[in-house]
Amino acid sequence: MPDAAPAGSVRPKVELRGVGLRYFGLDGETEALKDISLQIAPGEFTAIIGPSGCGKSTLLSLIAGIVEPTEGSVLVDGAAVSGPSRKVGYMLQQDYLFEWRSILDNTLLGAEIQGADMRQARERATALLTRYGLGQFLHHLPRQLSGGMRQRVALARTLCTDPDVILLDEPFSALDSQTRLALADEVVEILRRERKTAILVTHDIGEAVSMTERVIVMSRRPGRVRSEHAIRFASPDGHRPAPFAARNAPEFNGYFNTLWKELEVHVEG
Amino acid sequence: MSKVDAPAEAPSPQYLAWLRQQRRNRLTVRGSQFIILVIFLVLWEILPRAQLINPLFTSYPSAIWPTFVEMLQATPQQPSILAHTWATVLATVVGFTAAMVLGIAIAAALWRWDGLYKVVDPYLVVANAMPKIAFVPIFYIWLGAVLSIYGMSLAISLFITILMIYSGFQGIDPNRVKLAQTFGATKWQILTKVILPGSVPTLIATLKVNAGLSLVGVVVGEFQSANLGLGYLVVYGSQIFKMNIVMTAVTILAIVSSLMYLAISWLENAIMRRR
Repeated sequence: MPDAAPAGSVRPKVELRGVGLRYFGLDGETEALKDISLQIAPGEFTAIIGPSGCGKSTLLSLIAGIVEPTEGSVLVDGAAVSGPSRKVGYMLQQDYLFEWRSILDNTLLGAEIQGADMRQARERATALLTRYGLGQFLHHLPRQLSGGMRQRVALARTLCTDPDVILLDEPFSALDSQTRLALADEVVEILRRERKTAILVTHDIGEAVSMTERVIVMSRRPGRVRSEHAIRFASPDGHRPAPFAARNAPEFNGYFNTLWKELEVHVEG
Repeated sequence: MSKVDAPAEAPSPQYLAWLRQQRRNRLTVRGSQFIILVIFLVLWEILPRAQLINPLFTSYPSAIWPTFVEMLQATPQQPSILAHTWATVLATVVGFTAAMVLGIAIAAALWRWDGLYKVVDPYLVVANAMPKIAFVPIFYIWLGAVLSIYGMSLAISLFITILMIYSGFQGIDPNRVKLAQTFGATKWQILTKVILPGSVPTLIATLKVNAGLSLVGVVVGEFQSANLGLGYLVVYGSQIFKMNIVMTAVTILAIVSSLMYLAISWLENAIMRRR
């Protein structure tokens, strides 16, 4: 089953080597992640699923460089991660738009923090927002937008600094199911078109199967890699179907059930 | 998709009736408020005149305006009442502005260096709980007649300002800080782009509290040391048993504090409308 080795010749975009993480408290230490080794190829879409509390979000924080591993190392483009990097963009569970900033200014937050050329950044932000159908809302405030629109602004904010790797931490969990499905299609299309490498953390099996090429299942705390599954859909034109279409593909249920059992077995264990 | 409600074509009769009811309710509240004020003033006027209360103790509301007009004129012994009012207002504004600036700076330092906060926390709590008024005579000796008033105004509002603003900083959603960190924000950038703008409602609430406290500090400081200011007039008037002077000064204090409150509410509305 774990047959999803990335192409050996290409240098992985993101690599984890024997990563472990322990939290220290006065009443002892907690092992959150244990001996995790992963390779993610450039342009690959990977999902990480697992029971809640298995440290899957923490894994993203490690790759983003805002948490340091206790053991092992995290590499992006072959270089060890030692802090937040411009190559990595992080999309959080909620949009966390600042209510005192306009949509455009929210999108520009990263560029502002990184001291980028603001004129260029403004052009890029405007172009991104326009492409996501928010062109007429540039100077609106976040509260004037619906949940789906706000999350698209959050995506634009992440992409505005043009990172190569996008980390998605349950980015649709705060949305209603209809918006969720529509936005999944949009996000996948956008990230593919921009040739990004994406890592999606979710507890939604359907989302993982329909959106990504490889699903990594993590075990309960201390989180370790339990299994990996390559997701392949037969398609006439050689392109991978969009997430919504993938849900209707004949292969979908097979993958879904396999992953479901992986997680379920674990609940009993 | 935008969350703007379309206006109804024509208001229904039920809606119009509801609007009328709302208007009636509003008028009832305002009317009751006005009646309470009138009853208070009438009793204050009538009871002393009917000799049910010794007028020497209370003066009359009708005496306030003539006293005010009379005191507008500076005499060799006494500056104009406007000069008294100005002295009090100036010390109050300086006091709460300084408390705000220092309070934000200190709260930011405590936020930046958590170890510092842990060390000074008990001292801050005690300093805040301490009756600062006990320091009036000490400040008079240390700072002299004028500076002690400013000092009191600052001392009485500074600690609560630090504690309120710091707890506001702590209340900012840590995920917003995380968001800034993912872009590689420095501590200073997190402070200026996330913490401070996110704390504006807290800052306004703090301003409301410490503006009132600063006025208390100024008046108490003036009791001790001044020969200028409304607090001084209250003490002076009571010493020579001229209650009309005392009541005039107290009335001006009530007006000043109401105006300060209105100014801050206006500021609040102006800022919150943008959010």
